[in-house]
Amino acid sequence: MKRKPYKRISLGVMILTLAAVLCGCGGGAGSSTVDTSSKETAEPAASASADHEFTFGLDSAIASVDPHVDTDAATRSVLFNVFEGLVKVTPEGDVAPAVAQDYKMSDDAKTYTFTLRDGITFQDGKAVKASDVKYSLERSAKINGDSSALSVISDISCPDDKTVVITLKSADSEFIYNLTTEILEEANDKDQGSKPIGTGPFKVAEYKEGEYIDFERYEGYWNKDLDCIDKAQIKFYDKADTAFTELKAGSIDAMWQMTPDQVKSLGDGYNVVESTMKLVQGLFINNTYEPFKKVQVRQALNYAIDRDAVDKLLLGGGSKKINTYGYPSVPEWYNADTEGTYKYDVDKAKQLLADGGYPDGFDLEITVPNNYNLHVQAAEIMKEELAQIGVKVTINPVDWSTWLSDVYQGRKFQATVIGFDFTSLAPSTWYVHYQSKSDNNMVNFSDADYDKTYDEAKTETDKDKKKELYNKCQQILTDQAASVFIEDPVNYIVLRKGYTGFASYPIYVIDLSSIKAE
Amino acid sequence: MRKYNYSLIAGLIITAFMLAVTITAHFWTPYSVTAMSSMSKNLPPSAAHLMGTDNFGRDVLSRVMSGCGTTFFIGMCTVVIGAVFGTIVGAVTGYFGGILDAVIMRINDVLLSFPSVLLALIFISFLGTGKYKIIIALGVMFIPSFARIVRSEVIRIKSQDYVKSARVMGAGSLRIIFVHIIPNIRVSMLTAAAVGFNNAVLAEASMSYLGLGVVPPEPSLGLMLSEAQQYIFVAPWYALFPGIVIALIILGFGLISEGLRGLAQK
Repeated sequence: MKRKPYKRISLGVMILTLAAVLCGCGGGAGSSTVDTSSKETAEPAASASADHEFTFGLDSAIASVDPHVDTDAATRSVLFNVFEGLVKVTPEGDVAPAVAQDYKMSDDAKTYTFTLRDGITFQDGKAVKASDVKYSLERSAKINGDSSALSVISDISCPDDKTVVITLKSADSEFIYNLTTEILEEANDKDQGSKPIGTGPFKVAEYKEGEYIDFERYEGYWNKDLDCIDKAQIKFYDKADTAFTELKAGSIDAMWQMTPDQVKSLGDGYNVVESTMKLVQGLFINNTYEPFKKVQVRQALNYAIDRDAVDKLLLGGGSKKINTYGYPSVPEWYNADTEGTYKYDVDKAKQLLADGGYPDGFDLEITVPNNYNLHVQAAEIMKEELAQIGVKVTINPVDWSTWLSDVYQGRKFQATVIGFDFTSLAPSTWYVHYQSKSDNNMVNFSDADYDKTYDEAKTETDKDKKKELYNKCQQILTDQAASVFIEDPVNYIVLRKGYTGFASYPIYVIDLSSIKAE
Repeated sequence: MRKYNYSLIAGLIITAFMLAVTITAHFWTPYSVTAMSSMSKNLPPSAAHLMGTDNFGRDVLSRVMSGCGTTFFIGMCTVVIGAVFGTIVGAVTGYFGGILDAVIMRINDVLLSFPSVLLALIFISFLGTGKYKIIIALGVMFIPSFARIVRSEVIRIKSQDYVKSARVMGAGSLRIIFVHIIPNIRVSMLTAAAVGFNNAVLAEASMSYLGLGVVPPEPSLGLMLSEAQQYIFVAPWYALFPGIVIALIILGFGLISEGLRGLAQK
């Protein structure tokens, strides 16, 4: 009897400890942090006042604040606000002068001369000098190695503080597209990974790794005509679902990549912008995995997957279906003739599979990043469709960092569902992904004809001939069935009423300077 | 006048019903569990689809029936692993005592002081996701609680006269543990198993909900809840029915363990 009170106390302590542990666990799993946004939840959802801080919910955390070491779309789309290159991507898919005022390309496309913009400063107030440009381009080229688009530079010289002359090893008429490479301050060399200083319209007020990044307007920005919000926050989530719940709860103001179902359930109170995901979504297959060494097997997969059904099940239809590694939103470099090459045909797929030596199918593991619902669900649909031709699929969901290291960099995979976005508007950086020796050739595609055509296309200075050659590249990818290219998925951007804007770019960009408060 | 053990009876009826559903699902479901159709996405409950359809046009009833199987299977395997190893550890430490007992039981205490889901998460991060891996992770997590219960019962019984008599008659330790002691603590063990099963079902649901358990498209009640989350405003039935079924399974076993406890006290 005497020991009873003691027992009860110890039980109470145990429960308290347990509760504490559980709470701690919940906090780590991505519940909202205590910061300025918490006051928004207290306000009625629809009232966006002038001093209200705009919050955008992103379904992935950024990898780094150093723009030169980024690998993924999320990082690039966020850092676009902080950094600028000599030129800058426009919503129309072109490049416009940014750090540079103007430039001249020599007739042989080997020398580019830039004049820096008058009075342009870094976000710490220091003037941008030609030496900073030289430093930045060399830094990016060094970090990204041979795969860097800047590796063609043979020399950068700075005749004076305002002029930069870039000489290339060989002629490249597309080179200007690569000069969106972010200009960093040389004096900040040691802290580029922790103290981001760029020349963009927004500077980083606070960055909490894996949680959020706070922005505020940089008053010294060169474009004084900019009319947009003064402060903004981009919050990171593990899953789009969580961000969506937060949007409904009113703690964030905008999201992109929303499905038709989600938009439907939102009701009034939001401005909806239709867009595409700017992706080539597909089932990317490792061409060195035994069954995929046979072109017939790769083609069989292309015939067995019903692109229309995938689109309807995933997004209710309305996506742009593709058959090659090309991007319909930039018609200049897209071969539309490849469309419709692989029409859904199970019998033909079975026949091709038998021709390739696998009449009874084979086992296939599809690795998918589990933070992207779209890709996980697409994999589920493909599992069903591939079962019809005897390909037994197992789905292996992994977290994003594992996907990047094992699949993208390590190439240890059989197949994966993912979407590729444009990292640069230069078509050569896009089609290099299938050049046999490229560092970015994740699917291990190898085709001598493709390599040759690509090299010709890249060096060609005449735009029409260049287009023709790139079209041929895409035709080869279709004929050789390098992977199963599915679609550029339809999506929606949603802004809470009170905010308008959100410029749509041909690459992944969250342009905060395009958002206005009403 | 005879007093009925209502908890036990109600628990057995609910559990028998859920088991019957599970077994039926093994041979027959109203629709295919995995077949998708873009024509029947997110349909509300109707005569054709009693629980409606999900975002891929799959019949929710069929998936719930099949998902029960997954849940029962994981729950059962987890309890079996936990009970077998827990009983061995508990019986040996309880019967022999000494340093072995002290060391093993302290390790036990350390394991018990973590929430089981948290520990299972650590296991999963080493093993990877999947049905069988989650069984191993949860099974190991359930060993300490069984060991503790069995140990205290063994200590209580080993000083009873009939055990002493057996020892005097020259029976070996193993014989005493498995023939004389274990059969006498079966009610406590059954109660522990019922409680353990409940915890296993909840743990599986939470792990699958977090995307760390059963891999899609295999149906699991927890995974269905997780998938349903993004459609909760468009298709609330998708989240509702798997949730109700999890609650029913838990209720059934909860009542059984309550009833067994009543039996033991008589």
